[in-house]
Amino acid sequence: MAEPRTIEIEVLRYNPEKDTEPHFQSFQVPFSHDTSVLQGLQYIKDRLDGSLTFRWSCRMAICGSCGKMVNGVPELSCHTFLRDYYPGKVRIEPLTHFPILRDLAIDQSDFFEKKLPSIKPYVVPKEAKSLSAGAHVQTPAQFQQYYQYSQCINCLLCYAACPQYGLKPDFTGPAALALLHRYNADSRDRGWEEREEILNSEEGVWGCTLVGYCSEVCPKQVDPAHAINQNKVNSTLDYFGVLKLLMPKGGG
Amino acid sequence: MARIKTYVRPMQGWWRRNPYYVRYMIREASSVFLAIYTVILLVGLFRLTQGEAAWDAWRAALASPGSIVFHWLALLTVSYHAYTWWKVAPKTAPDLRIAGRPLPELVITAGGWLATLGTSALVYLIVRWM
Repeated sequence: MAEPRTIEIEVLRYNPEKDTEPHFQSFQVPFSHDTSVLQGLQYIKDRLDGSLTFRWSCRMAICGSCGKMVNGVPELSCHTFLRDYYPGKVRIEPLTHFPILRDLAIDQSDFFEKKLPSIKPYVVPKEAKSLSAGAHVQTPAQFQQYYQYSQCINCLLCYAACPQYGLKPDFTGPAALALLHRYNADSRDRGWEEREEILNSEEGVWGCTLVGYCSEVCPKQVDPAHAINQNKVNSTLDYFGVLKLLMPKGGG
Repeated sequence: MARIKTYVRPMQGWWRRNPYYVRYMIREASSVFLAIYTVILLVGLFRLTQGEAAWDAWRAALASPGSIVFHWLALLTVSYHAYTWWKVAPKTAPDLRIAGRPLPELVITAGGWLATLGTSALVYLIVRWM
């Protein structure tokens, strides 16, 4: 295309020092076939309104910082292209279900400071092993048991997709529960008993009603809905004391 | 939590914001008809224990126009519920693998649909024969 086309981008603006509630502001943004929604926002910030606030970093769907609602759908804005919305307009809002700090920047602290640490997102070994005893070895088959769930980039699109999180903010939520499963499913880990209180609770897997949209919007195919719902079975086995028999301490 | 002022958007009308949520609500609501239908069947069983007159009265009630409309509606919604049941089954199923590779979701879903259609047809034929 010789000439750049122009698209209307509508952005939700909120200034906590002045506004009582957010409002939309429209911008005309020129774009080519490879202009991402994030680049559209950067154009606005660089040329039209320097006060527009939003998060981004890597520009290649790895860092997980640039998640936004694009026409009502949770998306990584670096991974979404303006050409796909033309000739219509693009409406960009901060990820829903999270408090808005300013413009498109959300308050992520509920996830990073509460939910994520609560599930102990690290390998809790059966017993402490000294460095001289060597590495914890694992077969490729054991690796495959959790690999998919370890691909989470904490972008929070799944929380924006989960109405249960919006309705009950105490719900541990898709990403944290998928990561809980990632560590429980790791053969080097023996920490499920330390995570069971969260997993078994109403705020854990039982807070999920299988809307399933989290898995749909996940840019890394983590499939949190599957991780959570598999653990409803584990939670039931735990309730009847079967899990302790299947995974005894010191053995297996 | 951030100590500065934030804006929390209301959840009111959330399920109308995305067609995915609308389908979820229809899926969940369709189970209500299944529950009512089950209660009707249980009442029938109870009436059977009360003797022939009670049983015949229950059957007569089933033949009323309102009951027939309900049963058509229930058939429709329960069929839809069965359809969606298998669509979400890959999420509720355990981690199924063949030679280390995860079983494709479509295999679980289509397998479920075929099993539902097969058993329904079988039950229909058996009832017809009797």
